[in-house]
Amino acid sequence: MIAINISGRFIKVWQRNFTVYRKIWKINFLPPILEPLFYLFAFGAGLGALVGSIFYKGSAVSYIGYIAPALISINMMYNSFFENTYSSFVRMYYQKTFDAMLATPLSIEDIITGEIVWGATKSVIATAIMLFMISFFGIIQLPDALLLLPIAFIGGMAFGSVGMFFTAIMPSIDSFNLPVFLFITPMFLFSGTFFPLENLPSWAQKAAQILPLTHLVNMCRAISLGYIKPELLFDLLYLIVFCCIFFPLALIRMHRRLIK
Amino acid sequence: MEYIIEVENLKKTFGELKAVDGVSFTVKKGESFGLLGPNGAGKTTTIRMIYGFSPMTSGSLKVFGLDITDQWRDIKSRIGVCQQENSLDPDLTVQQNLEVFARYFDIQSTSAKKRTNTLLKFISLEHRRNEKVTDLSGGLMRRLVLARALINNPDLLILDEPTTGLDPQSRHQVWEKLEELKSRGLTILLTTHYMEEAARLCDRLVIVDHGKILVEGKPAELVKRYVGREVIEVTEPPDELLEWVQAQNLEHENLNHRLIIYCKEENDLFHTITQNYCTGGCDLRLATLEDVFLKLTGRDLRE
Repeated sequence: MIAINISGRFIKVWQRNFTVYRKIWKINFLPPILEPLFYLFAFGAGLGALVGSIFYKGSAVSYIGYIAPALISINMMYNSFFENTYSSFVRMYYQKTFDAMLATPLSIEDIITGEIVWGATKSVIATAIMLFMISFFGIIQLPDALLLLPIAFIGGMAFGSVGMFFTAIMPSIDSFNLPVFLFITPMFLFSGTFFPLENLPSWAQKAAQILPLTHLVNMCRAISLGYIKPELLFDLLYLIVFCCIFFPLALIRMHRRLIK
Repeated sequence: MEYIIEVENLKKTFGELKAVDGVSFTVKKGESFGLLGPNGAGKTTTIRMIYGFSPMTSGSLKVFGLDITDQWRDIKSRIGVCQQENSLDPDLTVQQNLEVFARYFDIQSTSAKKRTNTLLKFISLEHRRNEKVTDLSGGLMRRLVLARALINNPDLLILDEPTTGLDPQSRHQVWEKLEELKSRGLTILLTTHYMEEAARLCDRLVIVDHGKILVEGKPAELVKRYVGREVIEVTEPPDELLEWVQAQNLEHENLNHRLIIYCKEENDLFHTITQNYCTGGCDLRLATLEDVFLKLTGRDLRE
């Protein structure tokens, strides 16, 4: 029933968000331009001096080279997750944008699909800008790292879907503090982002394997540092499965929330 | 006869609540049809089912002869809707609101632009096309909502309380626009609890309460049938008058501090009353749809 209701019209919802994004593109471009600079300066010059280099797959990698792909991965997560939580919630709850759309040939499934695909698109845009900025530091392998663009889309779909699922079940906008604190922040810290997972106790290493960001970081880091291997397909598969679970869940719960 | 809307035994329940409880009516092409009722009567729920927002619980519902359950996308592409709550897009300008909405209907961008210009002219908002919608007054926003509902050149316009919350000037402007659309032959379905609005805009209407239709008819006919020609209102009526009214078997309503007497036929009732019972506070006026409404739905507060 839900699958039937998704049509190509979802792209119109995507276009609506793109139209709004373009209006203030200069502001929208700023975070992905500045953020890597801030982080690389703080962690590279500040912390990196203490850490020195990190052993990655048998060879030494500078600390900023180690964390740069993780910063990109985190941004893939943030862009889609926050777009499909706070921003989508504002459109749904305060602006009644979805209500207006529901009086047109769009179905609720078209709308939610358009929103999630838009969230993933924002991940891709942010990734592209960050890659461009980071490329000046000579710490990522190009053109290999361009693979991060399609990966950003898949990661964006996964995190956008879970974000939209939360949007469907949250009673108010303040409730998002909960998934941010219990889901996003632990991932930010414990997904092999700023230090190798091997430094954690083994139970924590296993737990980290459940977190989708671990797989996204793993994949992005390997690709950025020039280790494109078939094992990475496992990480990709994990994200796809994650998306395949939460995407329909988001549609079902959104349908239940809005269609009365 | 070509029917635009055919509703038969339509029901909608929310848990225990029967919001719409077996409603049937039809709307003909070019007709302007009103759903009247107090708050919570089931008006909005009914029209939401008609424009494909809410699924019905049971019954049959056809728009343009198409079944809403499986041809909702075709139906929705030919309907224009003004929802009760302001759902204009605050992230977009006046003009963008129309152009972006046109996309949802698969309207090509060149014809969307043309249509946008025509509609902005229609609602006299051309000079403010590049402003944010949040800068518009309530009346202008409502006109923009109306324009947006017309972006797909609909065969049916659905309005949910189109003038609620507007000042008299804005209300009259919206009415003028709606009358213009009506004169062009557009079929209109509207809900309202302004009787003046219903009397002015509706060719035919139903009064609903507790999810059921109480009466159906043309506004003037309903007034004649249920109230009569004239109404006499007496403030602080003396007991002798009440007794006399009862003895005469006149149709009336006693609200304690106010007595309302319905005059079905032309007679000199008012003359008799003012001469024999009232020193002041006695008014004769024409019967209105509001009298019908209050008589049928009661005077108790809702919700």
